Amino acid sequence: MLREYKTLKEVVGPLMLVQNVEGVKYNELVEIVQSSGEVRLGKVLEVNGSNAVVQLFESSQGLEIATSKARFLGKGLELKVSRDMLGRVFDGLGRPRDGGRDVIPDKNLDVNGLPINPTARQHPNEFIQTGVSAIDGLNTLVRGQKLPVFSMSGLPHAQLAAQVARQAKVLSQDTRFAVVFAAVGITYEEFDYFTQDFRKTGAIERAVLFMNLANDPALERIATPRLALTCAEYLAFELGMHVLVIITDITNYAEALREVSAARKEVPGRRGYPGYMYTDLASLYERAGIIKAVPGSITLMPILTMPEDDKTHPIPDLTGYITEGQIMLSRELTKAKITPPIDVLPSLSRLKDKGIGAGKTREDHSGTMNQLFAAYARGKDSKELSAILGEAALTDLDKLYAKFADTFEKEYIAQGFYTNRDIDETLDLGWKLLKMLPRAELKRIKVEILDKYYPTDT
Amino acid sequence: MNGKIVKVSGPLIVADNMANVKLFDVVKVGSKGLIGEIIELRGARASVQVYEETSGLGPGDDCISTGAPLSVELGPGIIGGIYDGIQRPLDLLRQKSGDRIEGGITAPSLDRDKKWNFVPTAKKGDHVKAGDIIGTVAETKIVEHKIMVPFGAAGTITEIKSGEAAITDTVAKLKTDDGKTINLTMMQKWPVRKGRPYKEKLSPKLPMITGQRIIDTLFPIARGGAATIPGPFGSGKTVFQHQLAKWADAEIVVYVGCGERGNEMTDVLTDFPTLKDPKTGEALMKRTILIANTSDMPVAAREASIYTGITIAEYFRDMGYNVAIMADSTSRWAEALREMSGRLEEMPGEEGYPAYLSSRLADFYERAGIVKTLGSNSRTGSITAIGAVSPPGGDLAEPVAQGTLRIVKVFWGLSANLAYRRHFPAIDWNISYSLYADGLTDWFNNNVSNEFSKYRSQAIGLLSEEAVLEEMVRLVGMDSLSSKDRLVLETAKMLREDFLHQDAFSDVDNYASLKKQFKILKLIIDYYELGLAAIDRDIDINKILYIKTAENIGRAKHVPESELTKLDLIGRELINEMEALSGEDD
Repeated sequence: MLREYKTLKEVVGPLMLVQNVEGVKYNELVEIVQSSGEVRLGKVLEVNGSNAVVQLFESSQGLEIATSKARFLGKGLELKVSRDMLGRVFDGLGRPRDGGRDVIPDKNLDVNGLPINPTARQHPNEFIQTGVSAIDGLNTLVRGQKLPVFSMSGLPHAQLAAQVARQAKVLSQDTRFAVVFAAVGITYEEFDYFTQDFRKTGAIERAVLFMNLANDPALERIATPRLALTCAEYLAFELGMHVLVIITDITNYAEALREVSAARKEVPGRRGYPGYMYTDLASLYERAGIIKAVPGSITLMPILTMPEDDKTHPIPDLTGYITEGQIMLSRELTKAKITPPIDVLPSLSRLKDKGIGAGKTREDHSGTMNQLFAAYARGKDSKELSAILGEAALTDLDKLYAKFADTFEKEYIAQGFYTNRDIDETLDLGWKLLKMLPRAELKRIKVEILDKYYPTDT
Repeated sequence: MNGKIVKVSGPLIVADNMANVKLFDVVKVGSKGLIGEIIELRGARASVQVYEETSGLGPGDDCISTGAPLSVELGPGIIGGIYDGIQRPLDLLRQKSGDRIEGGITAPSLDRDKKWNFVPTAKKGDHVKAGDIIGTVAETKIVEHKIMVPFGAAGTITEIKSGEAAITDTVAKLKTDDGKTINLTMMQKWPVRKGRPYKEKLSPKLPMITGQRIIDTLFPIARGGAATIPGPFGSGKTVFQHQLAKWADAEIVVYVGCGERGNEMTDVLTDFPTLKDPKTGEALMKRTILIANTSDMPVAAREASIYTGITIAEYFRDMGYNVAIMADSTSRWAEALREMSGRLEEMPGEEGYPAYLSSRLADFYERAGIVKTLGSNSRTGSITAIGAVSPPGGDLAEPVAQGTLRIVKVFWGLSANLAYRRHFPAIDWNISYSLYADGLTDWFNNNVSNEFSKYRSQAIGLLSEEAVLEEMVRLVGMDSLSSKDRLVLETAKMLREDFLHQDAFSDVDNYASLKKQFKILKLIIDYYELGLAAIDRDIDINKILYIKTAENIGRAKHVPESELTKLDLIGRELINEMEALSGEDD
């Protein structure tokens, strides 16, 4: 049922007031048709009696309220999905942007999705080998996990994400793999970096790209990640593919959210971001996962740049409370030319314990992981101490730990963006480093494992 | 005349024509019959918070009151249940609507068809009143479900059955003093926002043992007490809450996952049925009830989930059980309050939270406690409440953490720094406290060892001394420390790494009995005392620091409960080695 109204009364920033409407539903999609025939999209944010507040997905610039019409479509924002989306590029609202034809839809799906019943979820436990030691060895990624990259402006998060997309594989035989990439307010250069990289490796054939670039409408950014996830859900849960979703940059998404909230004059939470931002971000992130008895999975890797490098800023903070860990990049390591500059201590993968160990990676994985963390943390402390007091103030053991920390950064972390290490290489390297320390120091590793990999006489 | 919606704004709707409704009545909204609750009344206009996604609602849609407040169903079949925030059974919802939760689906909270074996404990002619037990049902191998006379009913039993019955079947008939007949079933209903009545509240005097060394030994919690675990993300709140839910010596555990990750709930769902209760050897799920409102589920139901959980806990408390309730995380609950408050256009308090936030928090925690229950043969039951708080950036200077700290008596503060070092549980011993510790001293001395409190205070002393010495080392270096100071540092390190550090993912280490806790603690403190004695004998500190037994002390926590005598052997070894140390170079 189409309903058209010429009663546009106000346009304030991204919001529009339409009066004297009837039968309008919450969250309904609206087309604003201008006298020139140009169409802009929006959705109903609030209905109050006969007034509807509409939020535009596009800029309101040049919008003339006297002659425009609001057409209420009676449904929410939908995405046309089909297998043919693989290899295509779409704009932030799901329209083809590569000059190709419209997708012949297999289905129209509401982009908001529905919450997954927790009893229907399958707990993720399948190891994904990314070929990056700092991730595989210490912050292991598993299928169906949501693991964000916390970056800072100017750090090479794009290279890391591309490396993961390029190298990620599971050790089992299942290879129906796809990448869904959502660019949210990033520059053309960065977008181009990804497409070139996907093209070089042939990954573009099994990738779907959604692009909302820095100069595209900011409000479209509220829709773009939802379109990408809807597409991923279709590929994963209907076509049975294993989908890696990369969304960059969540910070731009959150800013668009704030813009709408501010325009509605809502009571702000921290730093002007809306009080419901946690819920809103969760409605994106929680769409990752695996469903019981359904083939396919969604693994989500959102990338965000922390404003002012501040981890306690609401965007990384709320993200960290929802996602299952984080990969933290470090400015110091970047300066020291250590790539990928993953700061392993504040990084974390909450699901790692389910994905590692005998039968999945190797029996010694868990113990060596904890030991490497503990030893590196202690080594960094020792280095800090020696920076203040001079090396002479360190005990012999502390000097050893300091040396360990340096070697660890140089050999374990600094593998570059084009080295692909398999899990055995990563674990063996861990042992090589741990053997710098006396055996008695390795308290986090079980004796049986030590006897096997670090016998007393070595 | 049905109420009609006039306004929709996210989870809040406003409906007109609602003259004869009561505040907090449940309403059905729209053609799908979405469930909502009236939270504000102005004349015939009612503001309703809707527990389901409101997309597609609009002015003119129906809004019909059910005439009853939001209530939970209580009776056999509730144990092992997995419910959403308004007690809809999630497994039934899945059968009805598939893997995703759609709006407007309903299912009875308790199975109406299942037959339970009702064993009467009262007989015809008995005079009973509210809270009296009239019979029992062996609900699981470890939980005997006691069927109580509901609140408000009293009279003489004229008929009582025995044997198989469904929860809505009449199992007993009462004749009241004014001659009316009341049919009693095994199921009762209770409105979630109202605490269940009891006779009298008592002061907590016994500890709730959790098997977690840092809790039981350093910061114990009493049965009927309230505790909070605040911490930044990644500091292990949830893993720790799971640990408590697994190992706490409560007869019933209610776990409320409030606005948290879906996969975490799945983890609980897959883990708990496979884990065994250390006391009974039965699956932990047989004493557990889960309330799951994951972060992608509608926000308003998050607000209700906490109340649903505590009401179920109260029901089991009334049977005379010790119940533990974990709420993870109360911050999400507070945020749900904030969101509704914002949409109601209330004047905000701090950080946008409503002004009534701290009184609501107090309300919740005050429903915990140890009580004498209603009923003639008065029982004692308790609820121990443990709430996680997720403060933004880990900074406790925010309304939810502050409001909670004012009420609870136990504070387990998590630290990001410890978590980075993979020291778990990352509870910072320098900031945490338990106000129950002093009151429980006698219990520990009488039940574990008469030296328990002595060793405990020595451990606390050493840890705080360490903090001071570390500062000093940072300024002037290790060389300037005396031998005794270095021994303090070494012992504190042992306490941290070999005692406080506990691996939740290790089959042996995830639970430590009090006996084991005490034995390890004793090893470490003995090491300190023997070390001091050795220093007095002029033994080089380096010899003391690098004794061989130290490695065995480090592995003491991996000694299984069945082989605890091994720890005594290590103790003897320690004495021998320390006493054999000599001043000579070797």
